[in-house]
Amino acid sequence: MTAFFQSLGLPYEWAWTVATLAGILIVSLLVMFSVAMVIYVDRKVLGAIMLRRGPNVVGPFGLLQSFADGLKVFLQETIIPSAANKGIFLIAPIITFTVALAAWAVIPFDAGVVISDINVGLLYILAISSMGVYGVVMSGWASNSKYPFFSAMRASAQMISYEVSIGFVLVCVVLFAGTFNLSGIVNAQQGFGLGLINAYAVHPLLFPMWVVFFISALAETARAPFDLTEAESELVAGYQTEYSSMSFALFWLGEYANILLMCSLNTLLFWGGWLPPLDIPVLYMVPGIIWFLVKTFVFFFMFSWIWATVPRYRYDQLMRLGWKVFLPMSLLFVAATSGYLMAIGHFA
Amino acid sequence: MLIQAIAFYFFATIVVASAVMVVMARNPVHSVLWLILAFFNAAGLMVLLGAEFIAMLLVIVYVGAVAVLFLFVVMMLDIDFAAMRAGFSRNAPLGLLIAAILLAELLLGVGAYNAGGLTLGTPDGTAMQAADTSNIEALGALLYGRYIILFEIAGIILLVAMIGAIVLTFQPPKPGARARQDVGKQIRRRPEEATVMKSPEVGQGIEL
Amino acid sequence: MTTVSHLIKSFTLWEFLKAHALTLKYFFKPKVTINYPFEKAPLSPRFRGEHALRRYPNGEERCIACKLCEAVCPAQAITIESEPREDGSRRTTRYDIDMTKCIFCGFCQEACPVDAIVEGPNFEYSTETREELLYDKAKLLANGDKWERAIAANLEADAPYR
Repeated sequence: MTAFFQSLGLPYEWAWTVATLAGILIVSLLVMFSVAMVIYVDRKVLGAIMLRRGPNVVGPFGLLQSFADGLKVFLQETIIPSAANKGIFLIAPIITFTVALAAWAVIPFDAGVVISDINVGLLYILAISSMGVYGVVMSGWASNSKYPFFSAMRASAQMISYEVSIGFVLVCVVLFAGTFNLSGIVNAQQGFGLGLINAYAVHPLLFPMWVVFFISALAETARAPFDLTEAESELVAGYQTEYSSMSFALFWLGEYANILLMCSLNTLLFWGGWLPPLDIPVLYMVPGIIWFLVKTFVFFFMFSWIWATVPRYRYDQLMRLGWKVFLPMSLLFVAATSGYLMAIGHFA
Repeated sequence: MLIQAIAFYFFATIVVASAVMVVMARNPVHSVLWLILAFFNAAGLMVLLGAEFIAMLLVIVYVGAVAVLFLFVVMMLDIDFAAMRAGFSRNAPLGLLIAAILLAELLLGVGAYNAGGLTLGTPDGTAMQAADTSNIEALGALLYGRYIILFEIAGIILLVAMIGAIVLTFQPPKPGARARQDVGKQIRRRPEEATVMKSPEVGQGIEL
Repeated sequence: MTTVSHLIKSFTLWEFLKAHALTLKYFFKPKVTINYPFEKAPLSPRFRGEHALRRYPNGEERCIACKLCEAVCPAQAITIESEPREDGSRRTTRYDIDMTKCIFCGFCQEACPVDAIVEGPNFEYSTETREELLYDKAKLLANGDKWERAIAANLEADAPYR
């Protein structure tokens, strides 16, 4: 893209800036659009499993439902509680939303289709997703209301706990791939399983880690069965109780953008990203971005499916799972993976 | 270079301004939030230096974990601000002394660096580019090669500190206290252990 | 042995997988939701919906102003005033039902000796203002004219059980 703007007569630096800004705009718009569609899919899947129809009135098959909802919240009044800490109250949803979008900067949609192909892409995603907790904590504190505050405390403990196990799982993947670059990790998966399957998750050492990663991703995005931060039966609506109109919509969008991000990470790290599932030349006829989107959508479907199936965890069970099951297990697998890789001479 | 210069002054200004706000803010929660902003922009400066690994670690460890716990504690503190400000004039000389020492050390550091003889970075201030390895590999080679003993010692110290913290806070269940909940036991419980099937005759009832 | 099988079960997440197989089965099942404005559930002939005042086939109104419905109404939603008409018959000059008070118990249609006041099968009469729910005689008679065929069919269907 930089080359295109350079051909218009811009010097390299400015061409790069314009190209990057354009890339950011395109990716953000695409992510926002997919978030809208994915919210619709979520409601449809949940409805179908509950033997309901889900949204089906606005537009063909209700496809425009999310846009109608967006318009509705856009036209509502923003209410700021008089006892709230006004500045932080308003910044919190913006942080959630910005952070959720910022992480997409390093996600490769296809070979070379990425805004910023940095060496520490995976660490960048970890860093950005660890920022996500601030939106929740700040909104919970600034609302000056007890249930949002409980929710903020739960959120901070929950997200930190599960980031630990996610970190160790990623170490296993990085050990196999030998790089933190997401495109590099995807390329390393080509023909990984018996020279035929383009996925890390088929390896007996990495499959359990994928399961741990998937469940931790549910907890990290505060998705059912770990949605204790907004447990409506206990905390009204958790940290977003006091929010209305656009500030509420920003939380909503940020939440789903994060969920999509976790789905695409599943795709990139364990299921071969934009590569077709099998390493057969015919399958490469389909553009990589299609494979990427299809895989990500399958994971999103699994997120909705799980939401519709399992009941919410109790808080002590959540902490037990994170610290007493996933942490020792992932530590063990880090040791086992590095031992195995040393034994087969992977690093030689 | 123009864009880099703009980015540098942008990050640097925000770091300094938010560091000032950490001290000036009246509300401790605001202070912590300003501190987080300072951390984040310091990470931006490190990216400009080419030290992206350190930058990411700064965000993951300090912004993502340590500062959250900070915020957690500060949010739940109940501070009497009036009492805190009352001690200002008493503590001011000590504070000024510490500030002076810090300033002197900074000047000393800059002076010593300019005097040369150190191979920490290149003279123009950017980090030294290792031949063709990424920054992570260079760091790993140093940590697990040249400084392996120090690294392991640091690890042991952290382990001891962790065990110490656990020992200090661990309370064995008191005798006679209500039985602690054992999640594993709850999950292992089967319907056969918990329920009995009875088919009583009419008018006889069952014995429990 | 049970411990071993339990361990295997909990590490393979067996019960989660079973639950998800079940929900996936439901995902493909036909949906029970009725697509409301376009599809409607069947109504019993005894359904008690919006009120209507009926007429005889020759166009004469049935109501004879006996005020039994007004007396029996537990919510006191009905107000009736009556005067002799020019031909000497006893007729209402005012027959009001406050639909915001009505509890749809159906006592009025039970009490009516001439099947004049009935609760028809219509349940879609929501309004935008409260005043529109204060029905007068003209509105009730109009309802009767509009729903007569459905009401007559319902009464006939229910007749054997009365």
